[in-house]
Amino acid sequence: MRPDLPSATAAPAAITAPAVLAAHALAKSVPLANGQRRALFAGVDLVLTAGDVVAITGESGVGKSTLLNILAGLDAPDAGTVIINGQAIAGLDEAATTALRCRAIGFVFQAFHVLPHLDLARNIALPLVLAGSAQAPALDAARAMLDRVGLGGRGGDHPAVLSGGELQRVAIARALVHRPPLVLADEPTGNLDPETARRILDLLLASADAAGSAVLIVTHSEQVAAAARRTLRLSNDGLAAARPA
Amino acid sequence: MTMLAPVAARWLLAGEWRAGPLRMGIAVLAIAVGVALGFAVHLVNSAALGSFGRAMASVQGRADLAVRATMPTGMDELIYPRLARLPGVAAASPVVEVAASWGQLARPGAAPRTGGRFTLLGTDVLRAMHVTPGLIGFSPGGLSGVGTRPGWQEGIIWLSPELARATGLKVGATFRFTAAGRPLALRVAGQLAASGDEARLAVIDIAEAQDLLGQIGRLQRVDLKLAEGADVAATTARIAAVLPADAMVATPEGEASRADALSRAYRVNLGMLALVALLTGGFLVWSAQSLSVARRRPQFALLAVLGLSRRGLVTQLLIEGLLLGVAGAVLGVVLGHALADLAVRNFGGDLGGGYFAGAQARLAFPALAALGFGALGLATALAGSLVPALSAARVPPALALKGLGDGVDPTRRPPAWPGLVLLSAGTGLALAPPLFGLPILAYIGMALLLAGGVALMPALARALLAPLAQAGSRYLPLDLAIRRLWGAPQAASVALSGIVASTALMVAMAVMVASFRQSVDDWLVAVLPSDLYLHLEAAEAGGITPADQARLAAVPGVAAARLQRVMSIRLQPGQPAVALMAQGGFAAVPLIGHSAGAPPAGHVPVLISEPMAWLYGWQVGDRRQLAIGGRQTPVFVAGVWRDYARQFGAIILPLADYRRITGDLSMTDAAFDLAPGADAKAVQAALAAQLPPAVRGQAQFGRPGEMRRVALQIFDRSFAVTYALEAIAILIGLVGVATSFSAQVLARMREFGMLRHVGVQKRQLLVMLALEGAGLGLVGAAAGIALGLGLALVLVDIVNPQSFHWTMDLALPWPLLAGLAAALVACAAGTAVVAGRRALGAGPVLAVRADW
Repeated sequence: MRPDLPSATAAPAAITAPAVLAAHALAKSVPLANGQRRALFAGVDLVLTAGDVVAITGESGVGKSTLLNILAGLDAPDAGTVIINGQAIAGLDEAATTALRCRAIGFVFQAFHVLPHLDLARNIALPLVLAGSAQAPALDAARAMLDRVGLGGRGGDHPAVLSGGELQRVAIARALVHRPPLVLADEPTGNLDPETARRILDLLLASADAAGSAVLIVTHSEQVAAAARRTLRLSNDGLAAARPA
Repeated sequence: MTMLAPVAARWLLAGEWRAGPLRMGIAVLAIAVGVALGFAVHLVNSAALGSFGRAMASVQGRADLAVRATMPTGMDELIYPRLARLPGVAAASPVVEVAASWGQLARPGAAPRTGGRFTLLGTDVLRAMHVTPGLIGFSPGGLSGVGTRPGWQEGIIWLSPELARATGLKVGATFRFTAAGRPLALRVAGQLAASGDEARLAVIDIAEAQDLLGQIGRLQRVDLKLAEGADVAATTARIAAVLPADAMVATPEGEASRADALSRAYRVNLGMLALVALLTGGFLVWSAQSLSVARRRPQFALLAVLGLSRRGLVTQLLIEGLLLGVAGAVLGVVLGHALADLAVRNFGGDLGGGYFAGAQARLAFPALAALGFGALGLATALAGSLVPALSAARVPPALALKGLGDGVDPTRRPPAWPGLVLLSAGTGLALAPPLFGLPILAYIGMALLLAGGVALMPALARALLAPLAQAGSRYLPLDLAIRRLWGAPQAASVALSGIVASTALMVAMAVMVASFRQSVDDWLVAVLPSDLYLHLEAAEAGGITPADQARLAAVPGVAAARLQRVMSIRLQPGQPAVALMAQGGFAAVPLIGHSAGAPPAGHVPVLISEPMAWLYGWQVGDRRQLAIGGRQTPVFVAGVWRDYARQFGAIILPLADYRRITGDLSMTDAAFDLAPGADAKAVQAALAAQLPPAVRGQAQFGRPGEMRRVALQIFDRSFAVTYALEAIAILIGLVGVATSFSAQVLARMREFGMLRHVGVQKRQLLVMLALEGAGLGLVGAAAGIALGLGLALVLVDIVNPQSFHWTMDLALPWPLLAGLAAALVACAAGTAVVAGRRALGAGPVLAVRADW
């Protein structure tokens, strides 16, 4: 299963478009109880351009979610660089990283993570108001996103009355409401039945396409991997193109 | 965004208040109660002090300076012309001043009074006009004390407005009253010009006063008006140089400080208690915010991922604390004013403490103080929010989003050193000497001890539970409960801190009051050895004459009569007067130190009270000078006795010596030993019949049992406010326990759902929660009681002697302490079960699926 040319295969086919995400030579290890460290991965290179849809698969424990966190500036790599929208994360302080994330990245999680005490419109509008937007335009944009994900007119509902699939639609709307150049999704369909998962995935990709966002999905699901334009496999040695099953 | 966007802040706040209105409400209430108590105590104190000071100033007539006799028997009037001639003195007004009363005086715990006390002044109208114009009488219909000179008419009296109100007498009516043991009846000529609204005061002509009151050649006071531009310090020094031994200069500032000194310690102690309530409120905010933060950790993580910076998060949480604080402060100030109003109406300005007799308190609304106490509440709420906010900001969002990183790690040992450092610093401060004559450092030490005890809780809980955790239990709910408590002491410590803090304060107060009460009771038994007591109220200027004394002693059934002459004597300007008690034979007083040798020749042996020794530095064996009867008398301090009745000191000297030195043969108090078989009631009636009619209204008879009962009643009443504050602190503590428990249980819903999925029954979970609660309650009660006993020692052995200058023996109210511990354990277990039922009601499936 060892790929021959990991970095070459991880590179995009067309390098002409400006890179939304560029990671180079990322390495990460975790401390063990005995004081030693276990290497998760090393030599990870990854470039995403606008409109890209990339899926990353790999065995459990290889560090897929950790890689995602590093790409989002939520975790620091042992080595390597991450550049988002032309800005290197390494030199930024916490506030600047947060601001960059707020502006440039949308998130979709496996466990939907919506705030239970805010209604749907406000949940979706959160990235906008966190970036300093006024209330009225933020809520308008949120309602427009609700229409797009098929939950039109339900902006006043609270998350408690929604099903899992509906919650993930809200999460997708929230990830895209501020039109981020990059969407990071961690097992976005992990908590959903196959039929709902397929529809949610279609929605995510269509919405991202409409917003012009690049999408990076970390997943175990072959169904999800198959829907991506490129599928990479993460191992201890880095990223390599996955062979179709 | 670096800073928090306003719209986002508003949404998040509104959501949080909607999600937990009860929890927020209780936190607001906790702050409000603290602020309200502090503000109310301050308002009542300043109202009482203000009105007392104004009443004092009225009696003084607002002279620039006054020369006062140190004893109520007065000074030689020859001092007056000497003072009037001194350079710098523009005018001098001689004054006779005696305590007087009308009708039947109130007896503690007895029938309603029909009379009252007042101050009777004798002035020379023509002199007073220049020095104390407020003490000039005015009559309706142009009949003024000055113009038409009715002041020279005999048999008339001028009343202050408050005295006229109290007696209900109109102009022309006859005022019957008793002064210096004599019955008097004078016609009311009018009211005093400007004597204020608060003082009960009457003025007659000075010559008449000296004649009627047996004060020929005597003055109690000379009021002075200083010349324009005179050097006050130099004039005061010149005056002091010509004064006899039994007179001293009294400045208005000195009088004000005397009024302040009267109740200062009492007020400071009440204020500190109020701050304790506020501190408990702060703990509650901290506990509410900590739990709310712990519960919302994944939400904060999501917000961090979405673009809320750490500073933004801290700001958000501080805004929450600020809102809690503002709401609590505003509510507290409003509540405090209402509370103070209620208290002044029902208990008087001294809240039952008995410091400001005869002054009517008036409540104001001091904006600055309101702001100050509000700000204190706000600061408490912010401080309570800051720690949880900073801890929330430290958690990495990626971890928190996965539900990890919430601090529960059984392998991590909670540190003990912060608690130990605080405890030792607290102990050091508690042992420090008084600051400005007040136990301020001891109070700060107590706060540190409290904080240290709370900080030590996680480590202590772990140490206490370690043997249990190692042994484990075959009973599943118990095993789960022990492991949870042992493994997550930090989480438990939030709930524990509330229990520990409120228990410790409660125990400290209870032990202090119990010790004090027991000591007072023992003392009462010791100082009341006779069968029957007689006391004359408002009789400082003179009581029962020798002829009447002999008649009293001869009443059938009386085996022995011990006479006493009690009066107040001023030893230092600016200090409250000391009680001088001339007793026939040394009465039984509980001595705590005495001299072995006989008094040196020419010295009068005296006993001094504990406060006297503390305030004036007198010690057993000292030779001192005492100004009695117009000259310095050498005295020898033969012993110190414990006295809870006179906080500002008392001196006992033999009656024979007193009579020899002063020539004053009257008496104000007597103790009667009854013949065997004599009926106390019958003897009392016979004694009352032998009393001269003039003093019957002032006479109070008491039997030891009844006097003890009344004294303890007064004690309980003056501690009523303390009890109330204590009850509120307990209530806040218990509410804190309840809220923190229920919040913790709700935060663990997923854990319960999982346990039910793996086959633990709902009933077993409830038992587990009850055991956890009981365990926490037990650890909290044990630590709280231990800490409380330490604080009680500080209160009993340091704060009380430093405040009130008396000592007491430690007494532990064991039944109360045991009941308290049981109540805490039951409350903690009960709350945990109630919260558990609520949490488990939703069912295990929902609990596991719950997003947060």
